[in-house]
Amino acid sequence: MADDLRFVVKSVVGEENFIDMWPNKSNNYCCGGGGGFLQSGFTDERYAYGKIKFDQIIATGADYCIAACHNCHAQIHDLAHHFEAKYMTVHLWTLICLSLGILGPNEREYLGDDLKEVNMPEE
Amino acid sequence: MAEEAIELAKQPGEFRKKALEILPDGGNLDLCFTCGTCAAGCPATGLADMDPRKFLRMVLLGMDEEVTTTPWVWMCTGCQRCIYACPMKIDIPRLVYLARASWPREERPKGIRGSCDAALRNDSGSAMGVAPEDFQFVVEDVLEEVKDTQKGWEKLEAPIDKKGAEFFLNQNSREPATEADELIPLWKILNIVGADWTYGSKGWAGENYCMFLADDKSWEHVTRTSIMQCAELGCKVYLNTE
Repeated sequence: MADDLRFVVKSVVGEENFIDMWPNKSNNYCCGGGGGFLQSGFTDERYAYGKIKFDQIIATGADYCIAACHNCHAQIHDLAHHFEAKYMTVHLWTLICLSLGILGPNEREYLGDDLKEVNMPEE
Repeated sequence: MAEEAIELAKQPGEFRKKALEILPDGGNLDLCFTCGTCAAGCPATGLADMDPRKFLRMVLLGMDEEVTTTPWVWMCTGCQRCIYACPMKIDIPRLVYLARASWPREERPKGIRGSCDAALRNDSGSAMGVAPEDFQFVVEDVLEEVKDTQKGWEKLEAPIDKKGAEFFLNQNSREPATEADELIPLWKILNIVGADWTYGSKGWAGENYCMFLADDKSWEHVTRTSIMQCAELGCKVYLNTE
């Protein structure tokens, strides 16, 4: 599963643009968005928990972080806001459609200025 | 560190008894080496003055009061990294779940409880309380707009309750409720690969906060509603997007 997803991501963004984080796969750390944490009211604790994931993302130097699910997306997006980082948080579907040239103009909410106009489908 | 020695004879140990009841055959909580590999790799270590090893030790020592009142159980996401790292594969998240369930329902975190209650309000199972007819309206509205305004997508489909579809797809409520345009990319991908899929008018919502609330009965209700709709439509594969 982890390798299948890496195949997809590399196919979409190009091998040279893929940066794996460390540790990865089953040794990776949870971002802290799941299990109800986002809705639990323990916000400071959620940021303290997520600092590990945040540091992992920053260590990659990547401009975009792909999140696999909604909880992860919400948490990783919020971590960037809270710790004032510049990386963008995207769903995989956004990058798949972008690479295929079928991502519509209103479907680019989570893309940064560098990709906002890239591969725009013909009107 | 404890301020004073823990007197085992004075600890009730009722929680430990409950934990032992759900252990699989041959399971034994005494297998814990107290090595701390779980705590070393847990992002929740140190929150609420707790960590996985300490929590497990408290369960074993019969310290019910501490185990069943620590808010730490709501700061563990159940990611299961501790099990992965544990040389004895002890399922600490299952104990955390049991501890969550030991809280009176009305004292569990309001946000999680509210999301579960919203899911029980109608057949959607949506933590944001989106009703089936509202979901259907949003899907049809967004679909029509894509077909009308995006070249090449005049035949895009986003079926609801399509009988006999291969895949039953659920959907997080966040898109229909707050960012409907984000629904579209996945539809396009499914369309391009020729997938025969459908949403359900019932049980379409993918999230399940009743599980996070450790409310077993409600968790089952939400899950069952969705699975039954999938079965009712005769779909072969249930695709969980969460």
